[in-house]
Amino acid sequence: MSDAATTPAIPLRAATDESPLVRRILIAIAVSGLGILVAAPLIVVLAEALAGGWAAAVASLSHHDAWSAIRLTLLIAIIAVPLNAAFGISAAWFITKFDFRGKAFLITLIDLPFSVSPVVAGLCIVLMFGANSLAGGWLAAHGLPIVFAVPGIVLATLFVTFPFVARELIPVMIEQGRAEEEAALTLGASGWRTFRTVTLPNIRWALLYGVLLSNARAMGEFGAVAVVSGKIRGQTATMPITIEMLYNEYLSVAAFSMAALLTLLALVTLLLKGALELRHAGQLAAHRVQ
Amino acid sequence: MHIEIDEIAKTFGATTALQPVSLRIPSGALVALLGPSGSGKTTLLRILGGLEFPTSGRVLFDGQDATGLTVQDRRAGFVFQSYALFRHMTVFDNVAYGLNARPRASRPLKAEIARRVAKLLDLIQLPDIGRRYPGQLSGGQRQRVALARALAIEPRMLLLDEPFGALDAKVRKELRQGLRHIHDETGLTTVFVTHDQEEAMELADLVVVMSMGRIEQIGKPQDIRARPTTAFVREFIT
Repeated sequence: MSDAATTPAIPLRAATDESPLVRRILIAIAVSGLGILVAAPLIVVLAEALAGGWAAAVASLSHHDAWSAIRLTLLIAIIAVPLNAAFGISAAWFITKFDFRGKAFLITLIDLPFSVSPVVAGLCIVLMFGANSLAGGWLAAHGLPIVFAVPGIVLATLFVTFPFVARELIPVMIEQGRAEEEAALTLGASGWRTFRTVTLPNIRWALLYGVLLSNARAMGEFGAVAVVSGKIRGQTATMPITIEMLYNEYLSVAAFSMAALLTLLALVTLLLKGALELRHAGQLAAHRVQ
Repeated sequence: MHIEIDEIAKTFGATTALQPVSLRIPSGALVALLGPSGSGKTTLLRILGGLEFPTSGRVLFDGQDATGLTVQDRRAGFVFQSYALFRHMTVFDNVAYGLNARPRASRPLKAEIARRVAKLLDLIQLPDIGRRYPGQLSGGQRQRVALARALAIEPRMLLLDEPFGALDAKVRKELRQGLRHIHDETGLTTVFVTHDQEEAMELADLVVVMSMGRIEQIGKPQDIRARPTTAFVREFIT
């Protein structure tokens, strides 16, 4: 009798638990979404690249123009990512450590590149620095053309990747507050030393995420770069632009080989992040306790 | 070191945090700034520490004008309300931070720093926690580490913002005695902020009761208890 009273017909569940059926359905949706949207395209890209065998893929990548595109894309990332890391850190520092009027407006302004179409951003750069503009004409006459040249691509990339670092840092820095920095100052540390030994270590993971996102976007940006670069083969064509041109010419092995390489570069940065997290797992855990 | 606060006032935009207030703190005293939240006590403490600058008035340390002195040059040992320990550093590195931050010429050698940190950890009666991270300590331990870190710079005064605020009643009692002990040991002029009248009365030599940015009464605990001069003080201490 007492057994019947204590064992209910329906097994008891915690309030936040789902039934096994719901759980399986949710998992199935997530896995199939991941498969269709992420895994399948990756497999297709690799399969298409290797459709003519390894030799054909490698040969297409060692072509002069392909090689130039790879070098250009890496160069752009190497210039744009550190610059935006520096901009992002200073913007986040300024916004979180000081109180001033117009702060909300400044945050909106930092987000602007997210909401403006990259093509429009590219057009703005053409308008401002094109050969017909005042600044652009003068610079071109002095041997530093902006549009249809590397500086224009750097500017366009800087614009579209601008929010990533600041966006990652601002919430983290707001949550951490100013007390640790103030403590360092009362202990006699200079502003620079405080930044280096207190602020930077506290934001390093957020900074790393921001840098990785910004790097992925810098290497993959198409719209804004397409407008400002002029798509000159072997000179201003980056990897994404070369992929599009090759594809339009029905050179599918070459196009997909380049696409596979671009994907691998993105994967490398992700692996790098994973390796860093693994190496500092203990430290991260110590962080979370507090 | 004796501290003189001469007609200090502070406004933040349109709000007045401190009316002009004056206060003399004799050398070696243990002073409580007592008041409800919004009474201006923390603002006054932060002005002493150089974390805020007054809108008007002067601060004098040992008779010398210190109003414009930077936070680094004040050498005020500051203990923050939430302790503000550097979470990515071990307790040892936290306590050693102020010594490592000194310019090379006046920075002690590594062995000397280690010796001083060990001595301070002894003083706060936590000799074996040097290698732990702040996240692995209890609230009371964190507070004592924050105290040791502030003492490491050989401060001219000790300033504490609600040093017992985040602790449970039993630990508070213990740490009160700990602070009294450290004050008597070092002889440092010490100012702490609290909203707990019992804490102020029990611990301090001199209690400064504040309300709405004004000083209501300054006196020894027993005098304030026996003769509250304003209605606010009478209300607040009972």
